Amino acid sequence: MSESAAKVKGAPPVEVHDLTVSYQNKPVLWDVDFELPEGKLIAVVGPNGAGKSTLIKTIMGLIDPVSGHSLIYGRPLEQMRKKIAYVPQRETVDWNFPVSVFDVVLMGRYAHLSLFKRPKKHDKELAMEALEKVGMAEFADRQISQLSGGQQQRVFLARALAQDAEIYFMDEPFAGVDASTEDHILLLLKELRNHGRTVVVVHHDLQTVSGYFDWVMLLNLRLVALGPMETTFTKENLQKAYGGRLNILSQVIELSRKEDFIREPGHE
Amino acid sequence: MSELFTDFFLLQDPNVRWVLAGTILLGLSAGALGCFAVLRERALVGDAVAHAVLPGVCLAFIFTGDKDPLALLIGSVIFGWISLVVMDFIIRNSKISADTSIGMVLSVFFGLGVVLLTYIQSSGNVNQSGLDAFLFGNAASMLPEDVMLFGFVSLMVLVVIIAMYKELKLVSFDSSYAKVIGYPLKRMEFLIATLLVVTITAGLQAVGVVLMASMLIIPAAAARYWTDSLRVMLFVAAFVGGISAISGSFVSYAAPSMPTGPWMVVSAAFIFTLSFFFAPARGETRKWIKRLNQKQKIRRENILKTLYGLNEADGKEEKVRTLQEIIKKRRMEKKTLKRGLSELEKSGMIEHYRGRPDGFVLTETGRVEARRIVRLHRLWELYLTEKLEIAGDHVHDDAESMEHVITPEIEAQLLKILENPESDPHDEKIPY
Repeated sequence: MSESAAKVKGAPPVEVHDLTVSYQNKPVLWDVDFELPEGKLIAVVGPNGAGKSTLIKTIMGLIDPVSGHSLIYGRPLEQMRKKIAYVPQRETVDWNFPVSVFDVVLMGRYAHLSLFKRPKKHDKELAMEALEKVGMAEFADRQISQLSGGQQQRVFLARALAQDAEIYFMDEPFAGVDASTEDHILLLLKELRNHGRTVVVVHHDLQTVSGYFDWVMLLNLRLVALGPMETTFTKENLQKAYGGRLNILSQVIELSRKEDFIREPGHE
Repeated sequence: MSELFTDFFLLQDPNVRWVLAGTILLGLSAGALGCFAVLRERALVGDAVAHAVLPGVCLAFIFTGDKDPLALLIGSVIFGWISLVVMDFIIRNSKISADTSIGMVLSVFFGLGVVLLTYIQSSGNVNQSGLDAFLFGNAASMLPEDVMLFGFVSLMVLVVIIAMYKELKLVSFDSSYAKVIGYPLKRMEFLIATLLVVTITAGLQAVGVVLMASMLIIPAAAARYWTDSLRVMLFVAAFVGGISAISGSFVSYAAPSMPTGPWMVVSAAFIFTLSFFFAPARGETRKWIKRLNQKQKIRRENILKTLYGLNEADGKEEKVRTLQEIIKKRRMEKKTLKRGLSELEKSGMIEHYRGRPDGFVLTETGRVEARRIVRLHRLWELYLTEKLEIAGDHVHDDAESMEHVITPEIEAQLLKILENPESDPHDEKIPY
């Protein structure tokens, strides 16, 4: 397990430099470069296949980029693992797996436990607290297959909360959940933000972006715009992000794909 | 037979002691480790690796000219590893699908092993007798030093599983999350694969390469039927593996011409079958009984409702209703109707008058229950038409199935939002 290093003073929670990612010669992110501010609720928005999930997965080290790199509080990811929590899409795990709701939430504490160490009473208390926060305490002993979609999402959120991180990456936490879960999740995100945490959320619903978030990143293969909601979430920027693929760039990419020009990413 | 039984279990024969110790340890570790293979959907990979170690065993024999267990262990671990690397390489670097890649590696490596085995057997080395036992195992030929080495390996596998339970659990459930929080995922995968290879190798002499994968897969698959907890599943799978080892060894002791390994597999499969049907947590029989109970309940409720409807139509609550009358009102098979009626009679909902006419009358409890069912049906119809704005002539069939499901809590909610209504969309009175 990686040791946790101190933050570099004044460094942003996330900075990404010249990041290019491709899947089997198909580029999904092209030369993306940005810094994220601390203590904001940030939406990552863009059309299907724009590379939203790929971006956060690459920052978290789940995908190796073709080129470029990212830093967490000014340091390489490996030194800052404990500061990052991840809420993946629900479909990424097998919900028939023989574990209870409490077991899954307790996994959030594993980030702070070294190898071979069993969770302590303190960890269990924090896990239970996280479950209470998402309103699922009474489901603690349930097997996870008995949960509805919204409940599954709450469990994943509770796991991230139990981890008590500084930066939260969430992949479509609002997808396919009921209205009351959506309200509940939003409330928790705002609470995290109010405690100075940085929350980066891949979001699908353009209707709610400006109401839910402080900052927005518009993404479509490349970074279209990033900034505070009022100045960035504009018609013009949306058109740039959603109005068809960028012509010359996509042509060049198409060409390079034919020529087998783009290297495969290194494998995990 | 009973004499054989006591002889076997009193462990008088030192050979029995060794064989039993070796196979039980193997059963325990393969069962427990198999849980992770099964849950990570890597069961087939286990089978491929088991087959793929054969050339390693043969080469070890060719190089040493002997059946030294340590050499065999090293040879098979190396080839188990090579097979994993090759499978992984094919999947990552070609468009060939995972199952094709696994299938190819399994058969090609196994084929190579059989070629080497044939070469050894034709070479005239006196030590080679019994080497073909690696195909299907030959537990009885295991020497104490074999058991000590392979038993030790099994024991180590168990120790690692216990020590790294937390890590194995997380990596099996959600490997991406494990990586994000800083788990050395590559090293963990390497460890799991190594455990798999050494467990398979430990089972070579007892069970053989062809059948070894079943000792990994079947106990785990059986255990899943008994529990929803990974911890319990590991214990149950290990237990199933151990029991299979004991019964396989016993069969082969009682009938020396019978092989231990295949009988271990047969025993495990037998336990799996029992689990599949009868495990209380997730077994099929339980589901089946539940469905049957539900069906019977629906049938009884429909009959009560029909009797209520007949009474409501002519206002004669005490009148005896014949079979014909009931069937006329609600079409159903006579046999099912009779069965339902006798169930209702037993539970005191109706009385059977065996006179003229021969028929049935609702008792007081039956009337209360019938009112409840009709009430739920009509409340639901009203809810659908009033709150969901579905046309009145469309709601009957929807209400038909829901009345059997609605709980008292939902009924209370319905009454509240409908404000204790008097009649349903068809102007029929809602009975309270």
